[in-house]
Amino acid sequence: MDFELSPEHEAFRRVVREFAEAEIAPYAEEWDRTHTFPVDTVRKMGELGLFGLPFPEEYGGSDADFLTLCIAIEELARVDQSMAITLEAGVTLGINPIATYGTEAQKARWLPDLVTGRALAAFGLTEPDAGSDAGATRTRAELDGDEWVINGSKAFITNSGTELTSLVTITARTGPDEISAIVVPAGTPGFVVEPPYRKMGWHASDTHGLRFEDCRVPAENLLGARGEGFRQFLATLDDGRIAIAAMAVGVLQACLEESVAYAKARTAFGRPIGSYQAVAFKCADLETMTEAARWLTYRAAWLKDQGRPFKQAAAIAKLYATEAAVTATREATQIFGGYGFMDETPVARHYRDAKILEIGEGTSEIQRLVIARGLGLPVD
Amino acid sequence: MKIAVCAKQIPDPATPYDLDPDHHWVVRPDDQVLDDTDRYGVEIGLQLAEASEGTVTLFSMSPAGTLQGIRQALAMGADKAVVISDPALKGSDAAVTAKVLAAAIEREGYDLVIAGTESTDGYTGVVPQMLAEHLGVPSLTFAKHVEAADGTLRIHRQTPEGYDVVEAALPAVVTVTAGVVEPRYPTFKGIMQAKQKPVEELSAADLGFGADDVGAAGSGTVVEGVTPVPARQAGEIVEDDGEAYLKILEILERAKVI
Repeated sequence: MDFELSPEHEAFRRVVREFAEAEIAPYAEEWDRTHTFPVDTVRKMGELGLFGLPFPEEYGGSDADFLTLCIAIEELARVDQSMAITLEAGVTLGINPIATYGTEAQKARWLPDLVTGRALAAFGLTEPDAGSDAGATRTRAELDGDEWVINGSKAFITNSGTELTSLVTITARTGPDEISAIVVPAGTPGFVVEPPYRKMGWHASDTHGLRFEDCRVPAENLLGARGEGFRQFLATLDDGRIAIAAMAVGVLQACLEESVAYAKARTAFGRPIGSYQAVAFKCADLETMTEAARWLTYRAAWLKDQGRPFKQAAAIAKLYATEAAVTATREATQIFGGYGFMDETPVARHYRDAKILEIGEGTSEIQRLVIARGLGLPVD
Repeated sequence: MKIAVCAKQIPDPATPYDLDPDHHWVVRPDDQVLDDTDRYGVEIGLQLAEASEGTVTLFSMSPAGTLQGIRQALAMGADKAVVISDPALKGSDAAVTAKVLAAAIEREGYDLVIAGTESTDGYTGVVPQMLAEHLGVPSLTFAKHVEAADGTLRIHRQTPEGYDVVEAALPAVVTVTAGVVEPRYPTFKGIMQAKQKPVEELSAADLGFGADDVGAAGSGTVVEGVTPVPARQAGEIVEDDGEAYLKILEILERAKVI
């Protein structure tokens, strides 16, 4: 057994933390308040190589392991979930399908800009009437000569409408019992990006509904084999679950640090509030949850990096870490009292932002379903 | 162009460090970090090297430890490092440090030496000038802009009013101020490459110094005492009764600020 990260992992964590504290933390409150997607900051994340971490050097990536990506996502989430989800979705949902299932031509065309953060990719799976039940996809794509004609709509698609967005990979029904993935370049006629949603949190992250109205793309934009779309996105989501768990770890770490600092500084009835068990024990719980979530997440990432099965570990990490993160933001807000309810307090922003962690890329209920099936239970 | 950059490893400023009670020397932990002020020197060195297809070699006098700080600078893109690491060097003052660095830099060869204006742990701010004296080359200071081409070094030397343009023939030593370039963040690729980059470790004897030439024995400086900064007094609170600005003006005048 060895729980040490390598010196290189630790060195990289320090770099990302420094970057997050210098380039993101001072502006996160303003971006949240003004619902600003900070394009220049995302470009800087690209220059730091964050989007290319787990991808091959031949396309401009870093050939890093998945754990390194998790560390980067964790450190961004510690200061701002909006930027963390921009990276998380950009890498695991946007670039990952192209890198994993793309033809050489597709990879050569799209990856160099994506892995360097000069462009962003999005993944269109969820529909207004098909969330967890992704098999109920209604968006259709029909071959007309050498073109796909796409009709339908997608919902809650991260990174789909930024000025950096170069493509959206969508899932569409290409036959009665057949779902396929198709790459739709940004700006294709008939591809309509709807106005941004009014969200409870993640205000600086870019999220839109998408519509496809007789949207035509070349037949070669099919990603992977025809009819493989369902299997592909299930695998894509397994990776994403570890990365979302890493986001939750960052949120937990932030709640822990903020709460302990405040418990030492704030006094009530003549003593620091951290001298009262009511507050001190909450901090102890935050520390415990943070450690548990972190090691579940790192283990899932490690299994993936070892090439071993990780579906169960990823679901466990996602379920525990995200539910712990939501609990932690609620408790941290409680420790901050009235100040915790003020929008500009970081824990208040984390509280609003955290809820979606239990929903996106597989709800807690879906994780429980995956875990229960992993136990051999015949559960529906 | 062969560029030498002085890079100091210091205790992480985020965690307070101790002074040993006998000599008041900084107790150096194993995992020191790169002095923040040296990141500017490394950045300028890298920019000049990129423009001239040159090389950047780091020079550091330091207990070796994990070499974490040196690896940081290598991860930014420096080509190699020379670390002079020897128990005999313990207690060296600024003059001895300059003498040792000069010997190592001379041995390696150089066209330009870049250093920060002062370290964040010792703050003597004299090592680069002493280094230039030992090397017998011009010393240019407080550069906020550096150009080096055709055998000439030209800098903008920061002054309270603006800047002077100063030139010298290369080779030369220049100190650079913080905040004038944005030091690059090391990428993951840079961090992995830094693992493979050469780090040469030298002893004092490798540079021809005997035990009496360096360390406390060779140093003329003795720190006689260290006094903690007095705790800050509680400030004066001026209640605003509509005329508070008059009181504030009076306080500022008394403090000779206005």
